Amino acid sequence: MTQARPHRPLRALLAELWQDKPAALGLAVILAIVAMAILAPLVAPYDPADQSILSRLTPPVWNDRGSWEHILGTDNLGRDVFSRLIWGARTTLTIGGLTCLIAAGIGTVVGLWAGFMGGRTDSVLMRLVDIQVSFPGILLILLVVGVLGPGMWTLIIVLSVTNWMVYARLVRSVVSSTRQTPYVEAAEVIGCRPSRVIFVHILPNLVSPLLTLLILEFTNIVLAEAAVSFLGFGVQPPDTSWGLDVASGRDYLFIAWWLVTFPGLAIVATVLSINLFANWLRVTTDPEEREKRHARTVAARRRRRGTA
Amino acid sequence: MNDPLLEIDDLRVDFDTRAGLVQAVRGVSLTLGRGETLGLVGESGSGKSVTAQAVMGLIDVPGRIAGGAVRWNGMPLVGEGVRRRPRRIWGREITMIFQNPMTSLNPLMTVGAQLGEVIHLYLGLRGAAARTRAAELLDAVGISGASRRLDQYPHEFSGGMRQRVMIAMAIASEPRLLIADEPTTALDVTIQAQILELLAGLQEKLGLSIILITHDLGIVAGLCHRVAVMYAGQIVETGTVDDIFARPGHPYTQGLIRSTPRLDAVEDRLVSIDGTPPGLRTPPEGCAFRPRCPAAQAACHAPQRLASHGAGHVACCRAGVDAWDVGAA
Amino acid sequence: MTDFILRRLFQGFLVVFGVTTVVFVITRLAGDPVSLMLPLSASDEQRAAFAAQIGLDQPIWVQFLRFAGDVALLDFGDSLWQRRPAMEVVFERLPNTALLIAAGLGTAVVLSIPLGAIAALRPGGLADRLTTSISLLGLAMPQFWLGLMAIMIFSVTLKWLPTSGIGTPAHLVLPALTLAMTPLARFTMMVRAAMIDEMNTQYVKTARAKGLGLGRILRVHTLRNIMVPFLSISGWELITTLSGYTVVVETVFGWPGLGLTAVQAIQRGDLFLVQAIVFSIALMIVCIGILMDVLSKMIDPRIELN
Repeated sequence: MTQARPHRPLRALLAELWQDKPAALGLAVILAIVAMAILAPLVAPYDPADQSILSRLTPPVWNDRGSWEHILGTDNLGRDVFSRLIWGARTTLTIGGLTCLIAAGIGTVVGLWAGFMGGRTDSVLMRLVDIQVSFPGILLILLVVGVLGPGMWTLIIVLSVTNWMVYARLVRSVVSSTRQTPYVEAAEVIGCRPSRVIFVHILPNLVSPLLTLLILEFTNIVLAEAAVSFLGFGVQPPDTSWGLDVASGRDYLFIAWWLVTFPGLAIVATVLSINLFANWLRVTTDPEEREKRHARTVAARRRRRGTA
Repeated sequence: MNDPLLEIDDLRVDFDTRAGLVQAVRGVSLTLGRGETLGLVGESGSGKSVTAQAVMGLIDVPGRIAGGAVRWNGMPLVGEGVRRRPRRIWGREITMIFQNPMTSLNPLMTVGAQLGEVIHLYLGLRGAAARTRAAELLDAVGISGASRRLDQYPHEFSGGMRQRVMIAMAIASEPRLLIADEPTTALDVTIQAQILELLAGLQEKLGLSIILITHDLGIVAGLCHRVAVMYAGQIVETGTVDDIFARPGHPYTQGLIRSTPRLDAVEDRLVSIDGTPPGLRTPPEGCAFRPRCPAAQAACHAPQRLASHGAGHVACCRAGVDAWDVGAA
Repeated sequence: MTDFILRRLFQGFLVVFGVTTVVFVITRLAGDPVSLMLPLSASDEQRAAFAAQIGLDQPIWVQFLRFAGDVALLDFGDSLWQRRPAMEVVFERLPNTALLIAAGLGTAVVLSIPLGAIAALRPGGLADRLTTSISLLGLAMPQFWLGLMAIMIFSVTLKWLPTSGIGTPAHLVLPALTLAMTPLARFTMMVRAAMIDEMNTQYVKTARAKGLGLGRILRVHTLRNIMVPFLSISGWELITTLSGYTVVVETVFGWPGLGLTAVQAIQRGDLFLVQAIVFSIALMIVCIGILMDVLSKMIDPRIELN
């Protein structure tokens, strides 16, 4: 009557993911993009900077004038669009990953400190966070870029500095609510050192919400990087970036639609896949939501069997 | 008790959980007459609240009605035989109040507005007339300064007062049945008595039928005419209050009575029932109480059915009386 | 209430002070401010005059005070590019940005509430899955790309709407819709999630037990209760739009607002104008924050005013 619970938890989790087709597809796309970024030199058919005046503005292969040599066509300098997409993935994932790590690192330390010290330290730190949250986002980036000059590292630093507050807030709220639970209070009463309390009792509670936040923030960084690069204040040529490619294709909007379309689609695919997967992850980490999703799946299966 | 008001017929409620199918209510049958107060008793997880929610049509995902029927005045209300969603029964003829008065009211609407909704919907009153009626209702449930309190928000009321508001809302449509799901569990003991007194008074005045859900036999004794005892999703015993207290037929009921403190009896100590109720994922064949029962026999492994213990008193136990070696105290 | 507003105002003042400090640090300490702020073509006399004006020979704290004083008077100097006071340019461009934001965010607010509510009626149902998928797609599309795609389809191919510029209502359609997409998706997801949460609360169970129809429960009970979180998230979205989305959308559509002006000012090395714009927007953000807090307190009777 009831299915036996699978003993291998990873396998059970994958089976549960398979029930949600969009999320499963999302994960597959993410893995494909990551693999593409890591293996860029092997996968890309051309050097992304290789110019070829003869084959400039070749349309994609399914167009009459297209050819198999350039599957997604070439740009105004004859560079292969597909190869640029692959190398662009590298830039995007690097900037996104590094920024998230730095921001999450700063945020976690500040949040742990604020949550653990409590009292005055806490309120001063959180007031600082409030103030920083109110800073005008991209405009501030533009100001910094205007002064320091554009570039990938400027971008990573500025994005990290403007994004750590969300992590600090999350960590602080988890820490202060965890500290009030009886088991942590008990640990403190029997004289556990603060570092031990943090590592043994509090950090495990942080992993799941922090991971969910990291994933969502990653998409924000990807979009911000693309926007800033599009405006010309982020990644600079000869480096490649999807946002930069959209910007350079913009001048050819009327005659070469593929130059703007494909890099944009790459951004959409990346962010959408992450969002789909994150959505599934969010439900999976929420026991109540997870039960409801299960019951709906069962009900749908029962309906299908009933009508079939 | 001819022509019952409410009939519950072999009702089953299942919950699809990730851990498997949970059968929360396993074939409950009950009838309720006009003006009657029925106590539905059992420990947490016995299925008494789920039964009540099923009667009100409040079962949501992940739960579902898996079988059986609820009939109101002979008309199908829930489960088998229901063609379309019945209108004007829930909220008008059957109303319900819940365990936690702190969260049962919308925090962002004034008490008057929430009462007014019901008054408008069922009595067709608006404006000043509705307001007058709302004030009368608050007055009827013992809230003083009614017209002033109508403009207040729920957070300005104490727990007991909020439960009174809930009761006022529940009687506003002049219903015939009020389901009270652990109405006093979240309240102080002194407030509990007041709320129960209020319910008893209203019942007499309005000729209401009441289903009182509780785990506290003491409350049942004071308020109810009849009692149904639930265990592990099934009714194990029903009968009049006097009968059940005098001659409990099921060892579980006997245990419950023994574990209820009484003011009038000088008992040496209270008895608790050892063990925990069975998980309902794989409900046991036969008597569900068997593992905890001091008088369990081989026959208890077979499916049980309710057997008569005298007029209107049925219990589903083969072990019979005196399982706890004490009988009626 | 006054006490609360005063406290919030003080907090807002701290933010503005923070922005002032950051800008001061960035522009004064990152290198030689004279060569940073003035164009390469500036004569030696101009350079000397500027150095004296910002008090470069004075100690750093005097420089800071002088700078802060100018900020307090909203005096950011003359725009090098426009050759007139920077604030004058800001005031000239501000209405365009305001119009764009009003049209875009207005659309998002008006559409998101019914969409989110419909999705929440039957979680997991067809309408819900459709709305959620489209919202996730909307959140995944970068606005600069969406804008360019819209231009390609509606202006270049179909020739329905102008590609860029300002003037007629037709000019507003594409920029406003492009600007609306991300907030619309976010609002819809938020309304849906909050609505589902509300539908699970005990008071909704009470409302159902009262026999109220689903429509009335949605309209009267849950919608009102999600207004507080909705208000705060729309405040946030307004802030993000003001300080980010408008820059991108205005650039794509050549919409002469503050965002496009900021981008052009940076490209021309006109830091006075950039400073003026960053400060004005920071100021607006602070005011929006205070306004949102006050409004939430007015909606939710449970929040004590002190």
